[in-house]
Amino acid sequence: MKKTWYAYPYLVWMTIFIVVPLFLLLFYTFTATTEEGIRFTLQHIKRVCEPIYLMVLLRSILLALICTVVCLLIGYPVALILANKEYSQNKVLALLFVIPMWINFLVRTYAWMSLLGKNGLIDMVMDFLRLPPVQLLYTDHAVVLGMVYNFLPFMVLPIYSVLAKMDKSIIEAAEDLGADYITVLKRIIIPLSLPGVISGITMVFMPAVTTFIISRLLGGGQYILIGNLIEQQFIVVGDWNFGSAISFVLTVIILISMGIMRKYDREYEGGAIW
Amino acid sequence: MVEEPIIRLVNVSKNYDGTEALKDINLCIRKNEFLTLLGPSGCGKTTTLRIIAGFERPDSGAVFFEGKDITNLPPYKRKVNTVFQRYALFPHMNVAENIAFGLKIKKLDKKTIERKVAEVLELVNLKGFEKRSVDSLSGGQQQRVAIARALVNEPEVLLLDEPLGALDLKLRKSMQIELKRIQKMLGITFVYVTHDQEEALTMSDTIVVMKDGTIQQIGTPEMIYNEPKNAFVADFIGESNIIPGRMLKDNLVYFAGHEFECVDSGFERNEEVDVVIRPEDIKLVPVGEGMLQGEVESVTFKGVHYEMIVRSEGINWMIHSTLMEPVGSRIGLRILPHDIHIMKKAAVK
Repeated sequence: MKKTWYAYPYLVWMTIFIVVPLFLLLFYTFTATTEEGIRFTLQHIKRVCEPIYLMVLLRSILLALICTVVCLLIGYPVALILANKEYSQNKVLALLFVIPMWINFLVRTYAWMSLLGKNGLIDMVMDFLRLPPVQLLYTDHAVVLGMVYNFLPFMVLPIYSVLAKMDKSIIEAAEDLGADYITVLKRIIIPLSLPGVISGITMVFMPAVTTFIISRLLGGGQYILIGNLIEQQFIVVGDWNFGSAISFVLTVIILISMGIMRKYDREYEGGAIW
Repeated sequence: MVEEPIIRLVNVSKNYDGTEALKDINLCIRKNEFLTLLGPSGCGKTTTLRIIAGFERPDSGAVFFEGKDITNLPPYKRKVNTVFQRYALFPHMNVAENIAFGLKIKKLDKKTIERKVAEVLELVNLKGFEKRSVDSLSGGQQQRVAIARALVNEPEVLLLDEPLGALDLKLRKSMQIELKRIQKMLGITFVYVTHDQEEALTMSDTIVVMKDGTIQQIGTPEMIYNEPKNAFVADFIGESNIIPGRMLKDNLVYFAGHEFECVDSGFERNEEVDVVIRPEDIKLVPVGEGMLQGEVESVTFKGVHYEMIVRSEGINWMIHSTLMEPVGSRIGLRILPHDIHIMKKAAVK
């Protein structure tokens, strides 16, 4: 316990890469550089509240919500299957699920581009079946698909870890008291796995709402989500003040949603992974 | 048999990954009896219970409940309830919700559920605990809730899997008495799993001694204690001196270098046997009076009696006596004919 100095490098790291950037973000958000020098202003925040930017923000949140719901709908049954002793005995299933995660995020997203794109695999199959080609790439669906594909493990793993730790005899006790599988699921397994579900939702929603790579690659150049907007302000336009303001608003939204989740989580004390 | 047994296991076998957990078990459980499955860990007693509860399917054989084959019936359709070793209470529900779980599934109305929960809480001496969270209860209280949760469904048979294993000695003793009281009062069949022979002797109407997936002996506590069928049962139920011997003829056995009169017959001439003598059945007498004599090697005070190890004829005899002989003193040992139990040698050692 005495050897707290072991943590100093970590503290230095945290300060340089987290605390300092956050202050810079605050600084840029609330200042404007004029001829008289630097002064406090709320003009950037006001600009974020213009309808055109609010629409982008709303759309990002909506897509992230859809992605989170789809991840939950797919991820929960997957976690149930992975946590089930009978299935998990053959490791193939778990491997099938984990192996794609070893491949770089960008490469996986590019792979989807070639699957969905013109003359891509799906197009070829449609053509072969003499069906009319469909526009898949550069749509909302493609972006959601890309997000779900990339963020699904963040939903599955926390739920899986809670389910795997669950005392099997509790489930047996419920069966013993007359509950069939559906009732056990509804009354025992799902309520007890809520901490994992909440972790999963947080861990999917946060990267989904801020993504800019997936939306740029699968949504096309014109496709703007809040992440793209921020990236644009910093890299293309060079308006660091406005970029910071958008980031600031987004950070506040994420903090509030995390706070709500935490409150929920505390009501079900449990073994979520964080 | 006049009365149809409530549960009947017929030729039940079960393997886990190639090891035989149960070998061809046949067992009848009568209505309203307190039956205990007793044996060391790994003997198959819990597996037997789980097969009755429906958590495991036997690889072969059948389970009958009131004459009907229930071998493939899932647990939630069986008229039995289980009290688990580690209680397995639902952590996200309070005491009343835990107990009401089974009743809610049966879709009883709210008034009835409340009344039954209150009744069963009174039965297990936990009146007024309805709203408590299960985490806030002590081990003994959690165990009572688990028992109440099972009993409230009015099962025909209550299965208990080492329910007192996690409690301290004093609490265990009082829970033993309480369980027995509940069983007598409600008149339901208890199937009780334990490795504690004293617990089994105290509570049971019938004891089933198991070892390595087979039944060694079935009988009343008195029968099992006084007439153990083989050396394993004798050794497991209470402490015993087990000495190799040879049956010279009916009512005469040779062991420890002497011939002893005994009351067993029906063995072949010169058959190799195990001779079992309870430590409290060996009497200490002055040198020269008993058949054997030896030297006291150690003395341990056990509360009610002293446990002495006496070396005689190359054998260490365990003796329980309320009188103490000092270490190193020479004494005589007397064994009466009806205290000598002759067992057939176990086929495999």
